[in-house]
Amino acid sequence: MIRRLVRYLDERSGAAPFIGKALRYVFPDHWSFLLGEVALYSFVVLVMTGVYLTLFFEPSLQSVHYHGSYLPLDGREMSEAYRSAVDISFRVKAGLLIRQTHHWAADVFVAAIVLHLLRIFFTGAFRKPRDLTYLIGVTMLGLALLEGYLGYSMVDDLLSGMGLAIGYGVLMSIPFVGANLAQLVWGGPYPGKHEFESRMYAFHVLVLPIVIATLIALHLVLVAARHHTQFRRRRATERTVVGVPMLPGYAPRSLALAFAVAAVLFLLGGLVQINPIWEWGPYHVSQATNGAQPDWYLGWLIGALRLVPSFDLTIGNYTLVPNAFWGGAAFPTAVFGVLYLWPWLERKVTGDRAFHNLLDRPRDAPWRTAIGVAFFTWIFIVFVAGASDRLFILFGLSYSGQIWVYRVLVWVLPIVALFLTKRVCDALVRGESIERDRRAAEAEAVASA
Amino acid sequence: MKRWLVAAVVLLLGRGRRRPLLRGRKRIVEPGFPDRRAETTAVALFLAAAICGAAFPVIYAVDAIPRPTQFLGLALALCFAFLAAACLVIARHLVVTEESEEEYGPPSHPEEQEKLEQLVEESGERLTRKRLLVVAGGAAGTALGVALVTPAASLGPLLDVRSLYRTPWRRGVALVDEVGRVFRADDVEEDTFYTAYPQHADREQMGAPLVVVRLKQAELHLPAERRGWAPEGIVAYSKICTHAGCAIALYRKPTFPAVEPRPALVCPCHYSTFDPGRAGKVLFGPAGRDLPQLPLQIAAGGELQAAGNFSGPVGPSWWGVRNHGARS
Repeated sequence: MIRRLVRYLDERSGAAPFIGKALRYVFPDHWSFLLGEVALYSFVVLVMTGVYLTLFFEPSLQSVHYHGSYLPLDGREMSEAYRSAVDISFRVKAGLLIRQTHHWAADVFVAAIVLHLLRIFFTGAFRKPRDLTYLIGVTMLGLALLEGYLGYSMVDDLLSGMGLAIGYGVLMSIPFVGANLAQLVWGGPYPGKHEFESRMYAFHVLVLPIVIATLIALHLVLVAARHHTQFRRRRATERTVVGVPMLPGYAPRSLALAFAVAAVLFLLGGLVQINPIWEWGPYHVSQATNGAQPDWYLGWLIGALRLVPSFDLTIGNYTLVPNAFWGGAAFPTAVFGVLYLWPWLERKVTGDRAFHNLLDRPRDAPWRTAIGVAFFTWIFIVFVAGASDRLFILFGLSYSGQIWVYRVLVWVLPIVALFLTKRVCDALVRGESIERDRRAAEAEAVASA
Repeated sequence: MKRWLVAAVVLLLGRGRRRPLLRGRKRIVEPGFPDRRAETTAVALFLAAAICGAAFPVIYAVDAIPRPTQFLGLALALCFAFLAAACLVIARHLVVTEESEEEYGPPSHPEEQEKLEQLVEESGERLTRKRLLVVAGGAAGTALGVALVTPAASLGPLLDVRSLYRTPWRRGVALVDEVGRVFRADDVEEDTFYTAYPQHADREQMGAPLVVVRLKQAELHLPAERRGWAPEGIVAYSKICTHAGCAIALYRKPTFPAVEPRPALVCPCHYSTFDPGRAGKVLFGPAGRDLPQLPLQIAAGGELQAAGNFSGPVGPSWWGVRNHGARS
């Protein structure tokens, strides 16, 4: 049976030598290497649940009156997009499960990408020959953020509209050309033409998924072409990779992870409510609600928008830099700029152009680790600032007081983190060398005794 | 029934016929011992997954089952979880987890690189004016690129941004509430805020919605040129925040004046805070422009009307926001 299948495939593709090698492809074993796989499997769940949702979602801003099974909205005027999303939640059988799983999968997808990025950064896995792989990964993170934003904006509930208004405000704020770009994207002044909904839809269900899927394929091809990185240990060297081969050892493990990811996502989708759009109601330009929060992965942007003090940079009658630019455009540009440039920057500073297959432990590259911790602390403080209104509700901390504290902390804490991390790394390395000396001395003592 | 049970028991526990080992052939996978308990566990887990998977269509079909979302999710999640567990048992106990080694492969292929370079060079050997060809080809490519993206200009008014200054308000337009009833000055009470729209105009545009409050004379500190804009102490501002375009949906009427001496209008997106008594001045938060104020007048019948257009363009700031006033 197996022989016949193999012969059939090989005679038609000539791929037996390649498949034979691929099935013995070696995976070094470490839990942190699984984060990328979690992102991959979340993407698969996203595509599958997403396809199902497109069968029921109507990307139209045509105004309708709701007369569905959710009585509190009965008779309300809303867009077809919002009505169909509410119908998916209440009328379509299993629709709510699929919708919530899709939303959870998006949150887990981005979380896994971010953790994966942290692993890659702090172990130096982005160095040659994997810098291109890394750049593709950073690009996918950016696209994933945009994809998620479009996904919850399409629904046209109150929170969608608030998010879109902010997006419009940020696009308008780009110096010189912002207003033109915003008119182009929205098809006119906010809230734009009806076509804007189909534009979001086309990008969310077609353009971006195809781009992301293509980049995933490229990412994996490059990973396989250069093989996985590994931590230094017995037999694992810059020239030899040691690990579990795809068959028989690794395939069932990876399959188990895929099923586990799906299990967690459907468990969340079934049991833990997320984005109950029927509670927000339909969006109108004149409406907003207090305490609104975006999905977690945009929290850093709302934080940045909130932290900037009140000013527009003007020259005479011209508004050179409207305020929303700093938090909404300059900040993410700076963050992604650092991420994109980091491999090149590190190469410039250290002069290290060698090939690296062995990973650094974070302590082994203390300055990289320190700068990285400082950098991510910077983003994290801004992220916390984005939750300041929730912290006000939870702990009664004054909102404006918090903002002033964060405006200081956002510059102070990264510097503290920088030097603290450097010291911890150095201490860890020193501890190891002391331990080594002690062992050597003990061995010597035993030998001489 | 009995025969079925026997068959199932044989299937579960029966010794599978051993394949004759192929002797004399070099092994690829390291040999290992069978583990019948683990095998039984894997079979049980697969069967559990099958049961959960089969439960899904049942829950889907039977309307009498309460909380279908939760049970459907649970069924599917458990099905996946059992599958994951089965795969894990297989990975741990039923296949060999050998450590094998592989070469990373050469970091680069200098010979092939040279050949590629040579190939490209020789391919272009017959060309004598290479730079000119590159420039001409580049011009063609650029022109084609521009031509291909040109249709995207149809997406919106790329160059014409005049509509950003336009609002539906002008002298004499009545203020109406959400159901279209005309606001009368008497309707507007202190300590609360109202959302108003222009009568007979599209509400879904940033220039339309107003926030209207009535202030005490002591709280009003409008500049001299706006003195007549607040009849009976009623002031109206654009409801769209000048920071990022959200609706200003909060009115902070001081409940403890010692701490917050004046009322304030607040946008819930980034908490830009504006002073309705001082011509919409920014008190706190990121907004970089004061809130545009709409001059009001009270008609003979007591109805609230606009006495003109806003003090400036509404909505988030852009390059030209301070160039012109609002247009009707």
